[in-house]
Amino acid sequence: MSSGASGIATVASEERPSIHSPHPGLSDQEYAQIVDRLGREPNGVELGMLAAMWSEHCGYKNSRALLRRLPTTGPRVVQGPGENAGAVDIGDGLLVVLKMESHNHPSAVEPFEGAATGVGGIVRDIFTMGARPIALLDSLRFGPLDQGRNRYLFDGVVAGIAHYGNCIGVPTVGGELYFDSSYSENPLVNAMCVGIVARERLTRAGAGATGDVFLVVGAATGRDGIHGATFASAELDDTREERRPAVQVGNPFLEKLLLEACLELLEADAVRAMQDLGAAGLTSSSAEVAARGDRGITIDVGRVSRREPGLTPYEVMLSESQERMLLVVAPDRVADVRRHFERWGLHSDVVGEITDDRLIRVCDGQELAASLPVPLLTDEVPMYVREGRPRPTPPPPPLPPEPTDPGRALLRVLSAPNVCSRATVFQTYDHTVQANTVVEPGFGAAVVRVRGTRKALAMTTDCNARYCAADPRRGAQIAVAEAARNLACRGAEPGCRDRLLELRQPRAAGGLLAA
Amino acid sequence: MVSFLIAGRVCGRRRAAAAPSSRTFSGACLRFAVVVFPGSNCERETHYVLTDVFGQDAAIVSHEETDLAGYDCIVLPGGFAHGDHLRAGAIARFAPVIRAVEHFARTDRLVWGICNGFQVLTEAGLLPGAMLPNVGGSFVCDWVHCRVESARTPFTVGIEPDRVLRLPIAHGEGRFYAPPDEVARLERRGQIVLRYCNAYGEPTPEANPNGAVANVAGLCNEGGNVFALMPHPERASESELGSQDGRMFFEALLRSYAVA
Repeated sequence: MSSGASGIATVASEERPSIHSPHPGLSDQEYAQIVDRLGREPNGVELGMLAAMWSEHCGYKNSRALLRRLPTTGPRVVQGPGENAGAVDIGDGLLVVLKMESHNHPSAVEPFEGAATGVGGIVRDIFTMGARPIALLDSLRFGPLDQGRNRYLFDGVVAGIAHYGNCIGVPTVGGELYFDSSYSENPLVNAMCVGIVARERLTRAGAGATGDVFLVVGAATGRDGIHGATFASAELDDTREERRPAVQVGNPFLEKLLLEACLELLEADAVRAMQDLGAAGLTSSSAEVAARGDRGITIDVGRVSRREPGLTPYEVMLSESQERMLLVVAPDRVADVRRHFERWGLHSDVVGEITDDRLIRVCDGQELAASLPVPLLTDEVPMYVREGRPRPTPPPPPLPPEPTDPGRALLRVLSAPNVCSRATVFQTYDHTVQANTVVEPGFGAAVVRVRGTRKALAMTTDCNARYCAADPRRGAQIAVAEAARNLACRGAEPGCRDRLLELRQPRAAGGLLAA
Repeated sequence: MVSFLIAGRVCGRRRAAAAPSSRTFSGACLRFAVVVFPGSNCERETHYVLTDVFGQDAAIVSHEETDLAGYDCIVLPGGFAHGDHLRAGAIARFAPVIRAVEHFARTDRLVWGICNGFQVLTEAGLLPGAMLPNVGGSFVCDWVHCRVESARTPFTVGIEPDRVLRLPIAHGEGRFYAPPDEVARLERRGQIVLRYCNAYGEPTPEANPNGAVANVAGLCNEGGNVFALMPHPERASESELGSQDGRMFFEALLRSYAVA
């Protein structure tokens, strides 16, 4: 079997790596491929790093081939896929930066922290690009609320979003919320963030020059979220309660400090590259920074601030502790940068440097803990085209009988969970902070003005899951068209689209934004 | 006793000392300090409304600042100072700037708390009572009506009696509480400046979004120079944001200086 970016294999859908296999997260074939490429067996740390980077969550090995077919360029598009978020030109020297991401598995296990860190992660993706976050949207799906577990998940997710979004001061201006039995105990939790940045301040995440220093800033590293990426890519099974340690724990107050500290630092032109630590923590962020800059990177895990003693290199490299950032800084600016974070009460650890050999080397003091080629963690992640198996179109649901009492029937429709007002949910989200919200949640697309210009942004998330279940292709088309219509109703010109496909689940969500 | 003469006195001194700004409103130009604690998140829009909407001088001032001598009015903005850990305002009250704010308030100059700023001021003892978690237990972001109970503070001077304002709220710990005898005293002294009410101006329990005692939405100290409210006037000061009723507090403040 061929390896490399062009190595596309068609595999049957049944072949899935298990989290219980001897090399968790990797199939036997993938493991063999790694041994072949390295010319040796990977050690434990390396195996953990590879499993995380080759997971669907980080490597998109099952969906990359499909995602490549989507249109990603346009007259306004400044940054398409490949960075932390997309960027679109809205004139006046300003760019809109946006991204949408799911946090389904963590939310299914620990709904409050799962949803909260979903918000935290997406907000970091936006300010990593140098943009100030101006709006959040959430697209949510749950099973019927008359089942206890679903009610627990729903209450936890909504409270988690409110907790994190309200504290960091970014208005939650829109989203969707629907119920269907297919989401029972398996909710969909998607968070979208929109930010604004001056064109010349857009920050990218490619490594700078050889010899540049790289720092981990923000929170200290703990044991939370280890295996988060592989967990998020596996099937949820009966062991979900045992998976709780794979869920990260968020601290929105720290995130707010990190946000302000990073944006202030970018103003001072002290940073060559910035990358947030999300799924697969230090492993993915360092590998991606090195890959984008076509460099190598050396990391001394012994220099990473920890929450508790005794963390192994494996744990440090795979921890998904939240509110951390990776910075690449020229050696002569390191002292300034460290002073800056000290002033904000945040950790800043010099943990390594950029090298020119395209290797990622992990040391614990003098001891070498892992050494892997950067491409093996990034471009060489295998790509699969899963065999499509068309499902028979479900029969149309039977028409309800003619109501005998139209008044009562109307009340039943209006009070149905999928029709009734969502005010009790969105009123727990601060949607007016920043004083730019022109059209609030509950009225189709939200509108947020851009201060200092005569422009406003309309934004929405839309999808009819039943259409997608009946006919995925047309369902997705309808989702895009619905979002565009919602924007058109605000007099907006559709500008860009963030797509989020949730495979294996009868749904595709389209986030749309217009200026 | 609420005495808004204070404002005039301050104003006279300030106007003699400060050069008038090029951008003026109602003939007055004040110098505001918007205090930012770690975790504050409304300082930018508060600053924007003061400068861009009302043409005033305003500076964003760190929680570590100890010298507020150059200002006419200190604003403690909304947000989650120190993450609202322990209780809203419980940690912020120990910030160095609070000593300076206390001194500032003691010398009869103006202190204005909005939302989290209200919570900080009660924690710091600059306003009576305490803030509890909302009845119902969750954060509430909504539009409410408030009735102006007292036009005798510099923040409400000139607003017609019983005027009903439509303002946005966004808080999780906004349930004002004081013991019954304290509430009676506040009523007697006219310190309750703003009350939640329905659209007709009636302070009913249904119109109370957080369970605050006596529907208190806004409060001043005995001198009338320290004022705080849970609603966000800075989010309701421009036509496209759904209400301009928040302007009234800013306008009253500037008016109180202009007449002096």
